[in-house]
Amino acid sequence: MRSGMVEFFLPENSKIRRGKTVDAAKGARNARAFKIYRWSPDDGENPRLDTYVIDLDKCGPMVLDALHYIKQEIDSSLAFRRSCREGICGSCAMNIDGTNTLACTKRIDEIRGDVRIYPLPHLEVVKDLVPDIKPAVKQYAEIKPWLRNETPQPSDSERLQSPEERALLDGLYECIFCLCCSTSCPSYWWNGDRYLGPAVLLQACRWIMDSRDGALDERLDQLEDAFRLYRCHSILNCTRTCPKNLNPAKAIAEIRKLMVKRAL
Amino acid sequence: MPAAYSFTDHAFDAVVIGAGGAGLRAASGMAGKGLSVAVVSKVYPTRSHTGAAQGGIGAALGNVDEDDWRWHMYDTVKGSDWLGDQDAIEFMCREAPSAVIELEHYGVPFSRTPGGRIFQRAFGGMTTHFGEKTARRTCAAADRTGHAILHTLYQQALKHGVSFFDEFFALDLIMDGEGACRGLVAWNLDDGSMHRFRAHVTVVATGGYGRVYFHTTAAHTSTGDGCAMALRAGLPLQDLEFVQFHPTGSYANGGLITEAARGEGGYLTNRDGERFMERYAPQAKDLAGRDVVSRAMTTEIREGRGCGPKGDHLLLHLEHLDAAMIHERLPGITESARLFAGVDLTKEPVPVVPTAHYSMGGIPANMSGEAIRPLADGGFAAVPGLMAIGEAACISVHGANRLGSNSLLDIIVFGRAAAARAAETVKPGSAVPDLPRGAGDFALDRFDSLRHAGGDIPVAALRVEMQTVMQEHCGVFRDGEGLKLAREKLRESWRKRARVRVGDKSMIWNSDLAEALELDNLMRLAIVTVDSAVRRTESRGAHAREDYPERDDENWLKHSLVWMKEDGSTEAGERPVRLKPLTAEAPPMPPAARKY
Repeated sequence: MRSGMVEFFLPENSKIRRGKTVDAAKGARNARAFKIYRWSPDDGENPRLDTYVIDLDKCGPMVLDALHYIKQEIDSSLAFRRSCREGICGSCAMNIDGTNTLACTKRIDEIRGDVRIYPLPHLEVVKDLVPDIKPAVKQYAEIKPWLRNETPQPSDSERLQSPEERALLDGLYECIFCLCCSTSCPSYWWNGDRYLGPAVLLQACRWIMDSRDGALDERLDQLEDAFRLYRCHSILNCTRTCPKNLNPAKAIAEIRKLMVKRAL
Repeated sequence: MPAAYSFTDHAFDAVVIGAGGAGLRAASGMAGKGLSVAVVSKVYPTRSHTGAAQGGIGAALGNVDEDDWRWHMYDTVKGSDWLGDQDAIEFMCREAPSAVIELEHYGVPFSRTPGGRIFQRAFGGMTTHFGEKTARRTCAAADRTGHAILHTLYQQALKHGVSFFDEFFALDLIMDGEGACRGLVAWNLDDGSMHRFRAHVTVVATGGYGRVYFHTTAAHTSTGDGCAMALRAGLPLQDLEFVQFHPTGSYANGGLITEAARGEGGYLTNRDGERFMERYAPQAKDLAGRDVVSRAMTTEIREGRGCGPKGDHLLLHLEHLDAAMIHERLPGITESARLFAGVDLTKEPVPVVPTAHYSMGGIPANMSGEAIRPLADGGFAAVPGLMAIGEAACISVHGANRLGSNSLLDIIVFGRAAAARAAETVKPGSAVPDLPRGAGDFALDRFDSLRHAGGDIPVAALRVEMQTVMQEHCGVFRDGEGLKLAREKLRESWRKRARVRVGDKSMIWNSDLAEALELDNLMRLAIVTVDSAVRRTESRGAHAREDYPERDDENWLKHSLVWMKEDGSTEAGERPVRLKPLTAEAPPMPPAARKY
């Protein structure tokens, strides 16, 4: 183990080889090549990039439609997560054309040339486009992402919250935890074991901003750490890549502002 | 049991299958009462389809207008076309305010009134004073209410220490010789291992089966797994012929466009620009029951008044409304209209078409969420150890047609009731009896034979075949001839199962095999849906038979039950509708003509 040394090259068994090419669009006017990362946990082989040329006139407009077409018509073993197909469940997050996004809301015609698809970067790969998100889910649980308030709640009515107070949650509560942001963040790539990453920090901010929550200090205490929060270096990849147009970098900045405010 | 597999065993007080709103509400409630709880879900909890619910959750809070649970109850009974069980409906509507307040206390980010209370909006079929005026009863977090509730309930489940088994695909229930449910078998997609969960209580909360249709608002994962497990366990399903078609599925991709669009003032037009709903529902117009609006739309299309070059859809207008209001209350559909239909709905109308959306039927269950089955003496009894809640269940609060915003309510109220019931019947930490010999072998045999299916028909091809039959013959309108044709075609597809090919034989994240298992589930649901629809020779709620256009209370004011055998044959039974409310505080609501 060469601790402290940065490795600039992929380990031998992670190098991506050229895979097979299937041309399923011979003679088609609207053909497009999809280059897709494949890796099977079962055969001990290196990952490879398979090429599928398909006729876009035969499938829907989104990248997810193309993946379905390939799975249904060409190679049923291709593994990827998907569920809602309308950008609300967060399953089909992957790296498409160099950017982390949802396959179901990414239009093929926004991409020029070959469509390159990889799993979300810097996570362990389970199979093909399915990464292991368990570590991030665990980090999410660690911030205790639920309403904490010792003040007794009214017994038969809601806690009051003004529309202005409620508006502070806009841009935060919509997060679908697809992890596009965290896996786009170089700090999270390097220190994902200790840095919480933009997705989890945005969730932390969602509770910090909630006027009904009473655990501001505990929440800030937990985050006040050189790694958990302060590994954010304002690179802003998170905000740039968020498929829901949220702004995790701003959420992190809000938390830092509160840290400063309470220190004064 | 095939030699290639071995089981990892788990014991919990309760095991919940499915991590949508119903499953999570039940799980967190049970864990909060000290039970050890496992949630087994084939997707990560926040990926569940509850997250796609948009418009809101119904409860007579009276935050905006005067309201009363009795009015909500009346609307629900009428919406159900009197097929709903009135004791259960009374229970749901009375519990609604406290169940929603509880969600708020959990932290659901509801939109707010100027006074800081939970915002409420108008929805179809929801009225005050027993049908007099439009009610604003639907509690909303913009148009992302399901998302907000799902995430909050997941957080509550984490808070209470629920054990999550994410991306575990449930294969089958484990039933014992006495007909009790003892747990289930599940396949861990992540590492390919097989698991047996045994528990005092097993809760089926697996959602609907919208994917039997080609066009549906339902997620790819809505494949009726729990309902199919019940069928394989020899249990009946109830009221399967009642499938809701949402009036405003997006013409572009079948995605949902919330009824809140009409609740906030939107309306539908045909190719002549006519607001045609005025002809079909003079009083409620665009806010009539969903079945009524979907039939009107289908009639317009059939009679040549549809829009577009093919005349196959209608237009939903919001462009006359204040853009700031749309931005605040309907941001989700604004975004999806832009993404999928290429439409700025603040400026131009959205093409829509009735789309399969929700199954009113499911595993028959009582108000405590216990699955029930008929006895030899004609009565009904709870299936020991088994509960069913949410869209997978039929309690029956929706009868022949569910009202918008009553499904989120259903999952919360009966998830909570199931938790209360489990806490009454199970002593926390008490020993879970060992499983009978060979428990789970049945599930593995089925799994193994599908895994090695080496035929000539791809899973996707057979799935499309089934979906096409359902789309053509079991839609908004049905008739005996078409349904019987569908019955034959589905049997043909069922026989073709022997020729299915699963290309991927691996165990880790084998989604080819997962889809084959889902297809097996879907085909069972399609068959029992069509067979139930053939048998019910009347029109009621969402079941509109053109050869029997009238409601027939004399012969059909009853629930249908259906069983299915492995050979594809089905058997029918029935269950009386409970027309008597739970208490004397609810006024009697005898069957009457249903007009909007």
